[in-house]
Amino acid sequence: MSRNLLQSTMIGFGRRLTRTMLSEKIAREHGLLQSLDPRVRVVGLLALVLAVTLSRKISVVAALLAIAIVLALSSKVSPVTLAKRVWLIALGFTGVIALPALFVTPGRAIASLGSLSITEQGLRTATLLVLRVETAVTLTTLLMLCTPWAQVLKALRVLHLPKEAVTMLAMSYRYIFLLVETAGQMFESRISRTVGGLPRAEQRRMTTRTAGVLLSKSVALGNDVYLAMESRGFRGDIQVLSDFRMRSLDYVVLLLFLVAAAAAVWMGR
Amino acid sequence: MHIPDGYLSPSTCATLYVGAVAGWYSALRRLKRALFTRVIPLISVFAAFSFVVMMFNLPLPGGTTGHALGVTIAAIVLGPSGAILAISIAVAIQALFFGDGGISTLGANCFNMAIVGSLVAYGTYRLMAMDAGIRSKRRVVAAAVAGYLAINAAALLAAIEFGIQPALFHDAGGTPLYAPYPLSIAVPAMMIGHLTFAGLAEAVIAAGLVAYLQVADPALLLNTSGVSLESGTAGTPTGSVRRLWVAVAVLMLLTPLGILAAGTAWGEWSPATLAQSTPVQSSDPSPLVPAGLARLSSLWTAPFPAYAPGFVHSRGFGYLLSAMFGVGVLLGLSLATRRLITNRRKGLET
Repeated sequence: MSRNLLQSTMIGFGRRLTRTMLSEKIAREHGLLQSLDPRVRVVGLLALVLAVTLSRKISVVAALLAIAIVLALSSKVSPVTLAKRVWLIALGFTGVIALPALFVTPGRAIASLGSLSITEQGLRTATLLVLRVETAVTLTTLLMLCTPWAQVLKALRVLHLPKEAVTMLAMSYRYIFLLVETAGQMFESRISRTVGGLPRAEQRRMTTRTAGVLLSKSVALGNDVYLAMESRGFRGDIQVLSDFRMRSLDYVVLLLFLVAAAAAVWMGR
Repeated sequence: MHIPDGYLSPSTCATLYVGAVAGWYSALRRLKRALFTRVIPLISVFAAFSFVVMMFNLPLPGGTTGHALGVTIAAIVLGPSGAILAISIAVAIQALFFGDGGISTLGANCFNMAIVGSLVAYGTYRLMAMDAGIRSKRRVVAAAVAGYLAINAAALLAAIEFGIQPALFHDAGGTPLYAPYPLSIAVPAMMIGHLTFAGLAEAVIAAGLVAYLQVADPALLLNTSGVSLESGTAGTPTGSVRRLWVAVAVLMLLTPLGILAAGTAWGEWSPATLAQSTPVQSSDPSPLVPAGLARLSSLWTAPFPAYAPGFVHSRGFGYLLSAMFGVGVLLGLSLATRRLITNRRKGLET
């Protein structure tokens, strides 16, 4: 298999792992969001995401982005981390989609680039789209950066998610790292045995075979885990431990989150 | 295909959440009726597998690369209910932990990729593979087509969801509030990439994995195959023969539809029909029926000319009777041939 393809696949694995490990590191810091009850973080930040989606005014969405940045700074999440992880990626992805809207949206022309005209409506819709995506992704990322994944999953029970769903989410998340490591090792062993390049058809077969071996290993793992669960008394009744405790600060911040979200929805109509 | 937050209006998100919740609920209920305790770790591992497979860069024809979704192999191994849950979990983890897809649009993403994708993949695979043997090549082709169609169905849905936004959600000045492009732009923009690269990537991975499992672990393909591992070919031959009989009977009943078509098929004229037709290029109207055709046409007189036995007055019933007669003759010939071959084999063995 071509070294470039293998390396890009391995780099992809590595990046994802590093990002998640970084996430756990920030979650252990002593910041504003980290000090709150995880349920307050989940409900509060998701309420702000909902407000972003519901707001129809650029100024209101911009204000919500400002709130997100203040929350990030007070939770020891550096703007550089956010810029690298969220803003640039979201800008690249949404920018490509939003850019043609400047020209194709019908409306009053305010500037021209050769034969193309930028319309006022186009500028507004592109700005609103980019700003909305940036704000929503920033808020979601803040939740994940400042909360260990196990707490996020437990806190999701507040949203009345079925216990089975929460359990499967938790198990899947854990297996992802195991399977990523296994796949990484398989690719690494392939790199170490490959000299020169291979035809693309052979590369495709190699990738599919790797996926096939990974699939067999995954199913064997699932069966082993089931046997392990059964031998420890699992009969389908799932118990989720909840050791969260709400303090007065949690109630106050939750109220602030909800008031901010409600105000944004009302002002952004 | 992972729609981020902000592209869809809250009402679109809410509607698709309702659709997704209905799909999840139905899938959970179906699995609970089965051996749910065993399925929980399997679905969890499969969700993780789908997540990892999405990170595999697959070299595609044309010098580009793409990645699969894993929905087709999940539907083939776990069935539609298991696939709906497994892919939904993978999509949720991508949105929650890796920012791939939004929170408000999670219902839409799960509806498109996990629910519709799984159902299209499963339906296509079952329809095409029918009762082919576990190791049959038809299953590999069925998996490829299922993967291609599943990805494109999910992409088309996403494109429609994008495309209806500007018409439904805009301010008083006409400024679109969410995704800004109408269907005429959103559908081709979305589908070009999926009809070419993304669909191909899913097709290659699905077909490759089925081919791999046929050799390495065929038992994993049994769940949704409807055949037994030992049979090698059809697991329910009686069922398939019964289906064939039903199909033949339906086709026979439909034969009177042939009467609805006006005129005669081109080139199948009888001398009488040909004589009535107007010459197109010839200035001499006399040689309408060529002499050779007139001579040879009376060489054989069919017992039921034009599928209309002389003793039947109803034309429709005549058609039906002709169909039954034709099928009967063919069956008789087929049975006689089989008997002949069997007798000859027996003679050779003794």
